[in-house]
Amino acid sequence: MSLTELRTSTAYTVGRVEEVPPGEGRAFVAGGVQVAVFRLRDGSLHATQAACPHAGGPLADGQTDVDVLVCPLHLYAYRWSDGASTSGTAPVRLYPVRDVDGDLVVEV
Amino acid sequence: MGPGVAVSRVLGGRVMPPSPFHPTSFRLDVDEFDERASLVVVGNGMAGARFVEEVLERGGGEQFRITVLGEEPHGNYNRIMLSPVLAGESHEDDIVLNSHDWYADNGVTLRAGVRVERIDTAAKVVHAADGSVTAYDHLVLATGSYSFIPPMTGVRAADGELLPGVYGFRTIDETRAMLDAVGRCEKAVVMGGGLLGLEAARALQGHGLQVDLVHAMPHLMNVQLDAEAGAILKKSVESLGITVHLDVFATEVFGTGHVEGVGLADGRRIDADLLVVAAGVRPSTDLGVRSGLEVERGIVVDDQLRTDDPDVYAIGECAQHRGEVYGLVAPAWEHAKVLADVLTGTDPDAEYHGSRTATKLKVAGVDVAVMGINTPERDDDEFLVISEPKRGVHLSVVIRDDTLVGATLLGDTRKVAFLTQAFDRGAPLPEERIRLLVDLSDGAEEVGVAEMPGDSQVCNCNGVTKGAICAVVADGCTALGGVMDRTRAGKGCGSCKSLVKQIVEWAADGDLTEDPSASWYVPGIPMAKPELIAAIREQDLRSVSAVFAALAPAGKEDAKSKMGLTSLLKMLWGVDFVPEKDGEFINDRVHANIQRDGTFSVVPQMKGGVTTPAQLRRIADVAEKYEVPMVKVTGGQRIDLLGVRKEDLPAMWSDLGMPSGYAYGKSMRTVKTCVGSDFCRFGLGDSTQLGIDLESRFQGIESPAKMKLAVVGCPRNCAEAYVKDVGVVAVGNGKWEVHVGGAAGATVRKGDLLATVDSPEAVVTLAGRFMQYYRENANWLERTYDFVPRIGLEKIKQVLLEDSEGLVAELDANMQRSVDAYTDPWGQDGGEPSTPGQFRPSLPLIPLPEVPVR
Ligand code: SRM
Ligand SMILES: Cc1cc2nc3c(=O)[nH]c(=O)nc-3n(C[C@H](O)[C@H](O)[C@H](O)COP(=O)(O)OP(=O)(O)OC[C@H]3O[C@@H](n4cnc5c(N)ncnc54)[C@H](O)[C@@H]3O)c2cc1C
Ligand code: SF4
Ligand code: FES
Repeated sequence: MSLTELRTSTAYTVGRVEEVPPGEGRAFVAGGVQVAVFRLRDGSLHATQAACPHAGGPLADGQTDVDVLVCPLHLYAYRWSDGASTSGTAPVRLYPVRDVDGDLVVEV
Repeated sequence: MGPGVAVSRVLGGRVMPPSPFHPTSFRLDVDEFDERASLVVVGNGMAGARFVEEVLERGGGEQFRITVLGEEPHGNYNRIMLSPVLAGESHEDDIVLNSHDWYADNGVTLRAGVRVERIDTAAKVVHAADGSVTAYDHLVLATGSYSFIPPMTGVRAADGELLPGVYGFRTIDETRAMLDAVGRCEKAVVMGGGLLGLEAARALQGHGLQVDLVHAMPHLMNVQLDAEAGAILKKSVESLGITVHLDVFATEVFGTGHVEGVGLADGRRIDADLLVVAAGVRPSTDLGVRSGLEVERGIVVDDQLRTDDPDVYAIGECAQHRGEVYGLVAPAWEHAKVLADVLTGTDPDAEYHGSRTATKLKVAGVDVAVMGINTPERDDDEFLVISEPKRGVHLSVVIRDDTLVGATLLGDTRKVAFLTQAFDRGAPLPEERIRLLVDLSDGAEEVGVAEMPGDSQVCNCNGVTKGAICAVVADGCTALGGVMDRTRAGKGCGSCKSLVKQIVEWAADGDLTEDPSASWYVPGIPMAKPELIAAIREQDLRSVSAVFAALAPAGKEDAKSKMGLTSLLKMLWGVDFVPEKDGEFINDRVHANIQRDGTFSVVPQMKGGVTTPAQLRRIADVAEKYEVPMVKVTGGQRIDLLGVRKEDLPAMWSDLGMPSGYAYGKSMRTVKTCVGSDFCRFGLGDSTQLGIDLESRFQGIESPAKMKLAVVGCPRNCAEAYVKDVGVVAVGNGKWEVHVGGAAGATVRKGDLLATVDSPEAVVTLAGRFMQYYRENANWLERTYDFVPRIGLEKIKQVLLEDSEGLVAELDANMQRSVDAYTDPWGQDGGEPSTPGQFRPSLPLIPLPEVPVR
């Protein structure tokens, strides 16, 4: 129903997997959009909008576990599964991201 | 969100630039196939937004296409919290209740910044100032109130606007404008000695302005308080340094182009470069008047909040119900609930019958609670007063026919819970009336909570009862935060938080559903600190991921536990700790303190607050070279370079060539000193050197929470040693007192005297021993001001001074290991990042700094 689902997305190679250390996040620009890419300790990759929906905090500087991403500014947490905030603020936008031969490919 | 536009930033607005995928307003035309009825709300204030929430909660999103038109460009924010924002105690971002994104995410069209001009009730459309016409099936007016500006010569400029320098106190924009002005102003006059005026006066005074408060009535807060209580409040307000003028009207505003002073009816003139008019509010009814609705003081509504037009409703402060117009948020939120019940059909017969206004407020730092009448009205009314003007306490109750008909509590609101429910429900009163106001048997606070019946209201703003809180606790939710999230208790003005906490504690105990996690060191590992330490040692766990793998349920890592574990492991293992960057908070990862815009602050070490011309020159050069937005002398006696881009950090450190001051860590921060015996004519000991020695030895040592130290050369205490985690005071004849557990931050506590010792060396040893005992036994984030009273000074003395547990040698050795493990982090990975991209920008498309440049 929403326009978001109708738009087409484009895949961008933003960097190499090893540029994101395990458990941490790094920010990249994909097609003019800043995204934060995370490599969890279990090896999975996740990507979100770079600025926190709460007050613009740098999400790539946040801390992670297998369930959530915690923003460094006010410690709001966002679930990887659907981007929803566990503290009742607006959700974070998630972008598909995958490892293609060691390249980080993000769709925005 | 560009740099330097802070004043016009939309509060709760979008963080991402608006994209075509997130329409805010074109839904307007997209609804041809939408069969839902159109529900239009005018006013995105506290009542309007809550009403929308209540409708959505009842599944109203399916029934209605909801449009909110609001004059303020912002998302919905907690207006009550404007006082702490003005005082600089809360940040404006923290008072957002519903951001623009929230509206979008819930399918609600918010047209913020749009004023509605007129309703055509025949055509069922609203006309707005932007020329738009919006059709409605149901229309809800929630236009609130505006600041009343009494007629005064010169208060308005020729264009009818307020004279520059004159402000009302109702909106975030007014608050921002005042905050913007305080830096340029010296003298403020506040007109109005009610709640808002007092709050404004206190806030401005806190910004260093000289404040005169002018009140037209004979005593302060005359609506709520009697003369005697008002007089006591006046004393408390004056003790803040605010000058109070009672019983006099301000009749004139002086100044051309900008306010210069205020003229009083008795001929006096008070100079001022800022004037706040807080002389009451008036319901915003002009829309109702212009549209032909019945308006008296407010827009007249019936028990279902309906105006005289069957499809138009009014809620909040703009509504007049059974002759009453309210000025508090609780009735507004009750309106929202009832109307949501009616409109969604959840309870089509729901009715609103008025609110009892029991008010609990913190006014200008003074607790106030009032309910019912404040003076006896009949001959046989019982009236009990306890007045302690010296302490700023005034308590009174009015009893009629054995029931409580009024109470006023000023300066001490401990009995408010019992009184509120006695007032609301006519609960039986104790024979000894004095027990209504004081606890004779003492320690009875908990009994107070236990005594309260389940239906007595705890959170007035959100109408949450003790029963509702207990139900959530019984459901297994025993964390205060969780209970507050689920019930909304404590989420309005916040004044009931401590009562909510007491009830949660009480309910959790009695129902045996106590949350065991309360005793865990970190939330993700089900162990208290001693158990956790033992397991870590026994299983030789040296990294955060090893701890999770071995000790967490199902080996699952937990983001919110990582920082606490990193700190604990560093303390336990010293150089043998295996660091993992993702186990650290961002501050520790880049050795600087993150700021609101994602830049960082850099505080070089400056032992004991002593510096040199060469150091200062180097700091100055670095500040210029890296265009540091603000250079500031900190409260910790050193220099802060604020607003530094992450990518500039390594180069800055190398140019500075000074070690990190650890201003970002849960660690030993600073040792403040005074000039001591070398310079000061009163100095009894070389406090400066001892401070430097302490800081050299304990620099950077991680701990459960910050440790701040100070050494002073005599009891005049110029470097505030009595209020430090460890504070050392020279008392003459080579003797030094060591105080512990003091603080003057969010909690103010004078440290306890641990011992008086004979030499600077003995101070260093004892301070180290105490800090190590604290490091090994305190809970995560527990400052010494909580730790010392929890353990008890006597016990600490026995352990540290008499070695009652045989621990002293081990404490000393453990501390020595940490001291040996110290390395300056700026030297560590300045040259070579310790992980790829350690200092890469995290908001690559936003030009930083966004913090203002001074
Ligand atoms: C820079 C400084 C203010 C200044 O401009 O002077 C400061 C700035 C901050 N203080 Fe402070 N505090 C500063 C001295 C103090 C003092 C005074 C002192 O140290 O003598 C106190 C009261 C003393 C005390 O703590 O007992 C103080 C009590 C706090 C508290 C309340 C702690 C408490 O439990 O009561 C916090 C909040 C916290 O720690 O959770 C806090 C937190 C903060 C933080 C770190 C907030 C944060 O987490 O980001 C601020 C960082 C601002 C930034 O963006 O860089 N700051 N803060 C001072 C740095 C001193 C230094 O050189 O290291
Ligand atoms: C500094 C301060 C401290 C306070 N402290 C407390 C406290 O401690 N406890 C307490 O209970 N209450 C307190 N209050 C009062 C509380 O904020 C109000 O009771 C509450 O905001 C009322 O909600 P409302 O929605 O009726 O009005 P508002 O919150 O004022 O919302 C009305 C909204 O409607 C908009 N509007 C008006 N006309 C139009 C129009 N024609 N078209 C479009 N939009 C329009 C306005 O711009 C405004 O955004 C305080 C108020 C202030 C200012
Ligand atoms: S504390 Fe004592 S020695 Fe230090 S400056 Fe004050 S008076 Fe002088
Ligand atoms: S900015 Fe992310 S939680 Fe506040």
